[in-house]
Amino acid sequence: MSVDLSQFHQIFFEESFEGLDVMESELLEMDLDDVNEETVNTIFRAAHSIKGGAGTFGFMPISEFTHVVETLLDEIRSGQRTMKANYIDLFLQSVDCLRGMLSDMQGGNEPEAERPAQLRKEFEVILNMASAPTEGEDPSTAGDGQGWLIKMSPHRDLLLTGNEPFRMFRELRDIVGDDCLEVTSYCDDVPDFSSLTPEECFLKWDLKVTKSVPLEDIKAVFEWVEDECDLEYLSLDSTSDAELSDADNHIEDASSAASAEAVAEAEQTSVEATEIKATEVKAEKSAKPVKKQAESSSIRVSIDKVDSLINMVGELVITQSMLGELGSNFDLGRLAKLQEGLSQLEQNTRELQESVMKIRMMPISFAFSRFPRLVRDLGNQLDKKVNLVTLGEQTELDKTVMEKISDPLVHLVRNSMDHGLETTPERIAAGKKEEGTITLNAYHQGGNIVIEVADDGAGLNEEKILQKAVEKKLVPEKNNLSPEEIHQLVFLPGFSTADAVSDISGRGVGMDVVRKNIQALNGTIEVRSQRHKGSTFIIRLPLTLAILDGQLVQVCNETYIFPLVSIVESIQISRSSLNRVTAGQYVMQLRNEYIPIVCLDQVFGLREADDSSENLMLVVVEGDTEKIGIVVDDLLGQQQVVIKSLEQNYKKVSGISGATILGDGTVALIIDISSIDKKLVPVKNNSHRPERAA
Amino acid sequence: MAEVAAESLVVEGHLADEQQYLTFIMSGEEYGVDILAVQEIRGWEAPTLIPNSPSFIRGVINLRGTIVPIMDLRLRFGLSEAGYTATTVVIILKFDSDTGERVLGIVVDAVSDVYTIADTEARKPPELTEDENSDFIKGLVNVSEKMVILLDVEQLLDLHLQVLSEQVITD
Amino acid sequence: MVSILAVDDSASMRQMVSFTLKGAGYDVKEASDGVEALEIAKGNTFDLVLTDVNMPNMNGIELVKNLRQEEGYKFIPMLMLTTESAGDMKMQGKQAGATGWIVKPFNPDQLLSTIKRVLG
Repeated sequence: MSVDLSQFHQIFFEESFEGLDVMESELLEMDLDDVNEETVNTIFRAAHSIKGGAGTFGFMPISEFTHVVETLLDEIRSGQRTMKANYIDLFLQSVDCLRGMLSDMQGGNEPEAERPAQLRKEFEVILNMASAPTEGEDPSTAGDGQGWLIKMSPHRDLLLTGNEPFRMFRELRDIVGDDCLEVTSYCDDVPDFSSLTPEECFLKWDLKVTKSVPLEDIKAVFEWVEDECDLEYLSLDSTSDAELSDADNHIEDASSAASAEAVAEAEQTSVEATEIKATEVKAEKSAKPVKKQAESSSIRVSIDKVDSLINMVGELVITQSMLGELGSNFDLGRLAKLQEGLSQLEQNTRELQESVMKIRMMPISFAFSRFPRLVRDLGNQLDKKVNLVTLGEQTELDKTVMEKISDPLVHLVRNSMDHGLETTPERIAAGKKEEGTITLNAYHQGGNIVIEVADDGAGLNEEKILQKAVEKKLVPEKNNLSPEEIHQLVFLPGFSTADAVSDISGRGVGMDVVRKNIQALNGTIEVRSQRHKGSTFIIRLPLTLAILDGQLVQVCNETYIFPLVSIVESIQISRSSLNRVTAGQYVMQLRNEYIPIVCLDQVFGLREADDSSENLMLVVVEGDTEKIGIVVDDLLGQQQVVIKSLEQNYKKVSGISGATILGDGTVALIIDISSIDKKLVPVKNNSHRPERAA
Repeated sequence: MAEVAAESLVVEGHLADEQQYLTFIMSGEEYGVDILAVQEIRGWEAPTLIPNSPSFIRGVINLRGTIVPIMDLRLRFGLSEAGYTATTVVIILKFDSDTGERVLGIVVDAVSDVYTIADTEARKPPELTEDENSDFIKGLVNVSEKMVILLDVEQLLDLHLQVLSEQVITD
Repeated sequence: MVSILAVDDSASMRQMVSFTLKGAGYDVKEASDGVEALEIAKGNTFDLVLTDVNMPNMNGIELVKNLRQEEGYKFIPMLMLTTESAGDMKMQGKQAGATGWIVKPFNPDQLLSTIKRVLG
């Protein structure tokens, strides 16, 4: 029977990646002054499982590499060695290496050989495995005689190990053949009935094998019971081999004693060599890009969530059959019942929707988990002492949103560490404690998830920022921007006040990219900063990508939807408050700033310029760089809408981010604030008037 | 008009090298499309306008939860616009592109018939002028003394996208 | 129907062992550590126990030791799944009362032939 092992591969990969995560987090938390035995065990077990699984499922390169890692871990947990800082570094690098190898093999490719080979050498130097002698070959395995005589004297307690002599005899018989085995039993030691205990073995046997078979085949049969039996193997053509089995044992003992000594000696000299090597490899490693794990297309769901879902569906079915029954014999007298049923349906649907969304939700700890490592490595690289605090790790958010927020968070943390936190001498001079703190915090607020990245560093340098902004002509020279407004400038494209573009966070990826990524998730980002105290970046995201809180508006006879999160305020204004700047471009004074005005009917080519109405409905929205006032005909209600793709069958439309289906089954388009930014001037009007069918 | 699923129109048993075409009328001419590309036929319903779209794109509709664009084939071919009557139909076409399955509806005057036409019967269209529209004419065929213009659905839909993206660049 | 208890903290190993044994006609129950295994063993009867050594909460050796104290498990064959290098692990296992061992990594056929060896 052949079992197809590939069906178990996916779960092997998943559990191996998890195991690597466990190894990494335990290694990072390890306190060298107080090494927790259980922690070492946990790390060992994780490596051991990966090795075992890799071997079983045929991923030999992984199995072989993990073997050295496991060996060192085993020596540490058995007390032969103590954990050292360079070991931790080496283990961490091995975790990275294994992640890469697993990813490669998961994708069906050969893993790279260089890195594991390099790391392996380091392990070998520590373990001095190169000089471990191989065990001597057993000289008497040849089966050139007539056969064997096996004298087997089980100890009393053989049976208590669940071993059965007859089973072994059967096995022996299967190997040598029915007629080549003679069994003689000796009952001399069997006590009289009253002192006979069935649980003990009092019998002895002579097993005569009259076939020439290699001794090792025979020994294999008794392999398990070697310690619980007195076994003698006598070659049937000579009697001098009686001493053979004992001699074997002596040779083995001697060689293992010798190897233990050699290892102990060599370890002393190799430790220094390893430390130098470890730092070299580390520096090299940071230059290499971190391999990204393939996004998994499966999700772990707690069974409670599934049960809850099943309950909701059950209730929905009940409501549906109730309404079905009402529908089949309906009369106006039952109107109240119908309304009741419909309201029940609404509740069921809402609960079902919430329940289903919860399934895609996972705690943000998954996203936060990469940061201890990142902060540690970066701290070493920048020579800054940093303490990472994470709060609200159990806050849940949509799996896809979490995957997409990961990179922006990394950028923010890197930025805080590089530019936010001062160097150690600077901190001491400022009277702060040497260790800087980066805080990651997540919590729910009004249907959104809020993620904060805070540092207790120098805060944003308002003068420098303003200066840079003026240089780049983003802000006029004469200005009186409030500190908050200056802070917002960092989100503008091309902005970097770093004097030298540092490898870590400077090159090309600016805050504007971070903001764009967050806006693509229908979220917002802002920054709060206090000079010398620190900065906090605050990200707000909707709990899911598929649903939007929308404000419905009417323009001509069309309904459009604004994302609620982008609306600052909605006001009624008079036409006279608009100031024309150029033909077709208007601005309006809103408190102490001028904002551009966009007439949606014009921009969307819905109607010719209409100067008639005196009162206009203005929706003020937050654009990429500034506020925009959008003129609509009327405000309709607010509701949650399901976002449907327009691009799937059509294409990207400027000013529109997607579509939704309203209660009456018609399609309404969702406005995309950032791309409407560019359309302050309407495109030439389409001359055709769309017709409506009868 | 009741929706008709394409499957019910397909007649069993036709030879290899033969394809079945659903034909429809537009401005007095008869056109045909590969029946396998036809997902369904619907009556006309007012679509939602898409801002700043070409005039032949009437808008989008909700097709059981998917947003599907509706194209007026008359306007697409540069013919005069027609009013929408009770016989106006929308043929929902689907095809597999490298970005996945795309669905699009075309507005035509009326549906005509289903013909089985061998590839050999269709003649390549004569080299017409530099009319981009001729790119999606697969061939011309005679059926009972009428000329039927066979359309290449993929070209029709792809060209539609190509033209649209060109338009965006010139904006 | 011969029933086997398979204990391993690695889900992929458990699945592989379970699938292989079930395919050969054995009834299989799984546990992910010694504590769970002991619970399941108390409530059922098994003809054979297969256990990994390195597991959290209660390792394979402890499990064997504890199982041997249980009613009905005194003489039941118990095999440890262990790696080559764990020489003294085998010793400890034997001392705890294990019947024998299967060396990791093993393939399904090796597993089945060893089981057959033991159960006959």
